[in-house]
Amino acid sequence: MAKFLLLARGAGLRPEMSPEEIQRTMLKYKSWTERVAGSGRLIDANKLRDDEGRVLRQPGGKLTVTDGPFAESKEIIGGYWLINAASYEEVVELTRDHPHLQFNTLEIRQIHEM
Amino acid sequence: MANAAPRLDGLVDHLFRHAAGQMVSAIARLVGPNRLDLAEEVVQDALLRALQIWPFSGMPDNPRGWLFQVARNRALDILRREAVLRDKLAWSENLVDLTPRRDASPADAIGDEELAMMFMCCHPALPQPARIALTLKLVGGFGVEEIADALLSQTAAVAQRLVRAKRQIRDEKIALEIPPPGEVRARLPSVLDVLYLLFNEGYGAHGGDNLTRADLCAEAIRLAKLLAENPHTDRPSVRALLALLLLQASRLPARVDEVGDLLLLAEQDRARWDRAMIAEGMAHLDRAATGDEMTAYHLEAGIAACHATAADAASTDWAYVLRLYDELLRLKPSPVVALNRAVALAMVEGPAAGIEAITALRSHAALAGYHLLPAVLAGLERRAGDLEGAARHYGEALQRRSTAPERRFIEKQLAAIERERRSSG
Repeated sequence: MAKFLLLARGAGLRPEMSPEEIQRTMLKYKSWTERVAGSGRLIDANKLRDDEGRVLRQPGGKLTVTDGPFAESKEIIGGYWLINAASYEEVVELTRDHPHLQFNTLEIRQIHEM
Repeated sequence: MANAAPRLDGLVDHLFRHAAGQMVSAIARLVGPNRLDLAEEVVQDALLRALQIWPFSGMPDNPRGWLFQVARNRALDILRREAVLRDKLAWSENLVDLTPRRDASPADAIGDEELAMMFMCCHPALPQPARIALTLKLVGGFGVEEIADALLSQTAAVAQRLVRAKRQIRDEKIALEIPPPGEVRARLPSVLDVLYLLFNEGYGAHGGDNLTRADLCAEAIRLAKLLAENPHTDRPSVRALLALLLLQASRLPARVDEVGDLLLLAEQDRARWDRAMIAEGMAHLDRAATGDEMTAYHLEAGIAACHATAADAASTDWAYVLRLYDELLRLKPSPVVALNRAVALAMVEGPAAGIEAITALRSHAALAGYHLLPAVLAGLERRAGDLEGAARHYGEALQRRSTAPERRFIEKQLAAIERERRSSG
């Protein structure tokens, strides 16, 4: 069994969604999460803060810390799920009906294990 | 294996919708009725924020409290920033003003605020369609599209109606408050009227394919209960309306059969009526009778109670129902009431009397496009043995606007009449 990071790109929600629609969407996330957790595949899930973060550089040996990568807001990684799966194909199958795809992209990366 | 699944259970039905209404009401109280857009915006932000965070982190222990906190903080941020832009000095003073009167415990901050919002939305100075739309938007937490759906209007028309109404509230300084005790009685009718209309919109649509419209019944009952539970607004007319809505809603589960087709009162399986709701409705009706008010809601609830407590259609006390309709017609002379009265009359005196009464109503302009007039007429004609007249009038009913289940019902009647005519001819 390998581990995979499922990265959710940030913004993309439609601002005019009604409260009921927002709740319905929340329930879709809930059922996706329950399905994946129920099969014992979910290891962790976290939301990343929406601030710009920090970027470290060491030009000429001197450390500089700057705010943010300043990516486009729709490119920012908003959160991630860490899951167990056999292959990329299996993760694609698991995420085919993921509610996040309604708003933005998901990116799958396999954890490199020794 | 580690399993850190975010907990997302505990999302009660319509939590977001109801929380939205409560939060908009509470925050509008904080920022003032001339800033309704701001209140709506920060509440929407908070709900979207939850959608960005909860799928990863799980639900907070107190979701309403979380949402309320986020919305309130955002409102205060915006006001502070505006104050800074306006005047650096005024900033600190405003900050004092803006500090909420109590700590942001949502359980504490709701209730009165929602009622205050209802009275504002239903203010008699506002045009009636605006009152309904505003109530659904600000108190009910419905989206503009959902309101348009529920009221069978265009989204753009509803949006415009809301903008105009909010401008009128600002311009005419319509207060966001429960009216003082001396004025409550005079202000209640326009509030109750909106709840009555909301319920009827939903009731007519129930069993159709439009779920949003059916939600209107539950929303009207919820708001009527808020009024009944508050000592300032607990008037006999409120109890009577609440009784009426509960008694009507008790029949909703039995109004359609297993394939979603409408059933007449006489055909319904009364075991499927919601007994708990009937008991609740009867209790409110008792309370409604202990006062100095006699409203149309009392009479309509009385009629609904006759049906709700009868074992079947035949053993219903139709003579009493007819008397209540007579009184209702005096109190609220409307052609729709007259049409309903004609049905009760037919049950007491036979179909011919009903047909005569309805025929007299046919010239009424208000009923010109009303599908139930020819449909009810056709039903009585069929009972009287006039199959040709019945077929003609069911056909006429089909030409008028109705819901899909109603159309299926009428088509079924037409098919049955056709069979009867063939077998007798």
